[in-house]
Amino acid sequence: MTDKIEKTTLVRAPIDKVWRAISDHREFGSWFKVDLDGPFVAGEKSTGKMTYPGYEGYPWLAWVTVVDAPNRLAFEWTPGSDAPDDPETAPRTLVEFRLQPEGDGTRLHIVESGFDALPEAMRKSALRSNTEGWTIQIDNLTRHAEG
Amino acid sequence: MPRAEPAILFAALGDRTRLRLVDRLGDGTPRSIARLGDGLPISRQALTKHLQVLERAGLASAVREGRETLYRIDPAGLLAAEAWIGTVSAQWDSAIDRLKRHVED
Repeated sequence: MTDKIEKTTLVRAPIDKVWRAISDHREFGSWFKVDLDGPFVAGEKSTGKMTYPGYEGYPWLAWVTVVDAPNRLAFEWTPGSDAPDDPETAPRTLVEFRLQPEGDGTRLHIVESGFDALPEAMRKSALRSNTEGWTIQIDNLTRHAEG
Repeated sequence: MPRAEPAILFAALGDRTRLRLVDRLGDGTPRSIARLGDGLPISRQALTKHLQVLERAGLASAVREGRETLYRIDPAGLLAAEAWIGTVSAQWDSAIDRLKRHVED
């Protein structure tokens, strides 16, 4: 299993606009599909409820670590678990948004890292993961999760 | 980005004791409750409860051997957890699409 997921994309909008879409909690909520209780503040907890169709009301909980306009926003959250036994000690991943101007647009880099906080056994099994069956399983799970 | 479905797996893993149990079982050797609890500061009842959560999530299974119940890691559950990483990746793709529509329109 890879320790991180990385996505890089060119957004056809100026950096200030992209930064607002990511750092303003209302704008973030409108595309991420979450109703956040308050603004992102470094060092503070962010709470809310998902609004994603089919998952309305699922709790959103993140710990904001960096708000550095207009280049970087980062938070930690608990991957996957809607209701971990103890959210404060459940394993977390780190999500980072990095923005750079590029031409008339914005280069956006998103990294979610820290999957190695998950157990050793899972990482070992992940090394054998490049099989057709695995790809099919992802498709199924993706359809299920997004459908 | 809802993470509900494989969430049962990660809810099962979202606990330090259960993470340690999965780690201990990770070498593939079935173990009794007593051996699994070696060195862990919890009661046998609590341990049994944790193992049941892992079982329900498809991460471990119980096998009877004589009078003993042994627990072993369930590869299917781990594969599903792994596939979940792929799901998270796909969900980011979809979130990025929504972000682009939000700012580019």
